[in-house]
Amino acid sequence: MERLRFATVGSVDDGKSTLIGRLLYDSKSIFEDQLEHIESVSKRRGDDYVDLSLLTDGLRAEREQGITIDVAYRYFATPKRSFIIADCPGHIQYTRNMITGASNVDLAIVLVDARTGVVEQTRRHSLLVSLLGVPHLVICVNKMDLVDYSQARFDEIREEFETFASRLELQDVTFLPISALAGDNVVSRSTSMNWFEGPTLLHHLENVYTASDENRIDTRFPVQYVIRPQRAEFPDYRGYAGRVAGGMLRVGDDVMVMPSGLTSTIVGIDSPHGPRQEAGPGQAVTLLLADDLSITRGDMICRPNNRPRSSQELEAMLCWMDNSAPLQPGKIYTIKHTTKVARTKINQVLYRLNISNLHRETGVNALTMNEIGRVTLHTTSPLFFDDYHQNRTTGCFIIVDEDTGQTAAAGMLLSPRT
Amino acid sequence: MHSSLHALIDESVTIIREVAAEFERPVMLFSGGKDSVVMLHLAARAFDPARIPFPVMHIDTGHNFPEVIEFRDRCVADLGVQLIVGSVQASIDAGRVADATGPRASRNPLQTVTLLDSIAEHRFDAVFGGARRDEERARAKERVYSHRDSFGQWDPKNQRPELWGIYNGRHKPGEHFRIFPLSNWTELDIWTFIAEHHIDLPSIYFAHKRPVFLRDGMWMAVTDFLQPEAGEEVVDKMVRFRTVGDATCTAAIESVAVAVDDIIAETAVARVTERGATRADDRMSEAGMEDRKRTGYF
Repeated sequence: MERLRFATVGSVDDGKSTLIGRLLYDSKSIFEDQLEHIESVSKRRGDDYVDLSLLTDGLRAEREQGITIDVAYRYFATPKRSFIIADCPGHIQYTRNMITGASNVDLAIVLVDARTGVVEQTRRHSLLVSLLGVPHLVICVNKMDLVDYSQARFDEIREEFETFASRLELQDVTFLPISALAGDNVVSRSTSMNWFEGPTLLHHLENVYTASDENRIDTRFPVQYVIRPQRAEFPDYRGYAGRVAGGMLRVGDDVMVMPSGLTSTIVGIDSPHGPRQEAGPGQAVTLLLADDLSITRGDMICRPNNRPRSSQELEAMLCWMDNSAPLQPGKIYTIKHTTKVARTKINQVLYRLNISNLHRETGVNALTMNEIGRVTLHTTSPLFFDDYHQNRTTGCFIIVDEDTGQTAAAGMLLSPRT
Repeated sequence: MHSSLHALIDESVTIIREVAAEFERPVMLFSGGKDSVVMLHLAARAFDPARIPFPVMHIDTGHNFPEVIEFRDRCVADLGVQLIVGSVQASIDAGRVADATGPRASRNPLQTVTLLDSIAEHRFDAVFGGARRDEERARAKERVYSHRDSFGQWDPKNQRPELWGIYNGRHKPGEHFRIFPLSNWTELDIWTFIAEHHIDLPSIYFAHKRPVFLRDGMWMAVTDFLQPEAGEEVVDKMVRFRTVGDATCTAAIESVAVAVDDIIAETAVARVTERGATRADDRMSEAGMEDRKRTGYF
């Protein structure tokens, strides 16, 4: 069975928690003790209806304030797929938590209230989804029951969004008219919107085609760990363990190791599932090579005729996430990229991106919490990387503040502007 | 095809290797419960054919099911790993904590002190736990790498962002990380793995006849540490345990599932979560788990 990771982005007001509750409830993924619990809490608080958001808002502070602060993960399965929901906060002050949840999903759901249409928050969320390179976006126009299930209203919102989204790099956008509260087009087809011929949300989640989302062309294998058993039965075993970051690796393939540039041939592939002949993106394997090379953690195995870029001068979109200190150009930070750790200075902020209207604001030299900008960096040793839009795994990095240990920023590597 | 379970295994193995590569002194918690059994098997696969490059640790309340202790010792012997036992009884004897008293006493909360003392004593900087996000609301919020300050506290409102598959384990001396390689597994995934790989488990996971009594709607086993109160009638029933913890707060469920496939069939149609069904400790308050985790619990 395949697995789909998706993020839901928005706040309680958009009906996000109700939508998740509806998906879980209608797919029979809520357990009785969970339902009893939220029923009793809702009753005690004097709510008129069972507040399904209590299912997802797990921290005391969230329940007190009625908002989502941090990502919550939920799990459910249908006979076709198993799903991981990263339920992300929508408020601007929790942008870093939204990015945490949406960084590695296959699909994102952004909710739009049918009464208000595309608002600043919709634009901000869609921009972040686009920056993070999430392959599939679903715009759920929710609360259709409150606009008389009007096709004209739905079309209007769709046009409004498409005008804005033409400036984003979104690969696949689907629009669905739903009512999470009434259950229209979530799991079951709506009988109130016969004009809509598209799928229900669950049908879309079950069937969206994701096999082509991975980069299966450019072979990339960041070495994570060298396995050398200190056991008499395996005197000569030397395996390079890691997770395939792109392309395919096959027994018999010629490979090149960066930074040394030395070449060898794959003679075996071990895995947690036993020996295999080939491995693809996401798989954890151990490579055995024909030659005894000096290879350590942080090296990159690729093909001689298809190598990642190698540079100490980088350009990236950077999301600043540290609430204790702003970006300081010239300060030394630690950079983590694939399995490699180096140190870095951020030279220059080329511009700050206004995440509400997409304006590029120049003349700034710092980024503060939740701000996004295009920057240049210099690292102490070369990184082996690809453009983030070619490969999310070899195109992403984090910046760590060496004084506090905080994850200060997340970055997406880009080709330098020409 | 890269199935859902394969993807989970690959993710967990990657996390385990990452910790072994980046931390000085990791340790893996191992209780003999099914989640920690699966985690230990994944660790063995992560480094195969080398041995697991870190020890395992059991925080022992002294209130055990004997079948589980026997199983624990057999497991670590098979895999050739070192076992460290942190004893709650020793913490009580040393005056670090007062034993719980009274008819409803449980040593479950006392484990936190022993756990933190053992981490400090051995200077562990990374502690693998088998917790899953589907178990409980507070756990649904937790990162894979979960930072603990020098008091062992979790700060759920200020967790480090955790993006893509890049983990930040930077910490100051005296601080440590809890690492959860099984974060994205569900109860059904655990059982499916156990079935597909013929993983051995303590016998109490399978239906057997034993004397139990009903307390707060849950079937509690009669042991040396837990006796019925007046009015609680002891009956012999076919039961199994869905979780294995301290004998005083872990309840059994009625079941006829004597093999893994039977359990999968029961789990697939279960309408109550495993902790909701069987853990008296989680029923104490709406934020029971969050409060215990904040102070350093598993």
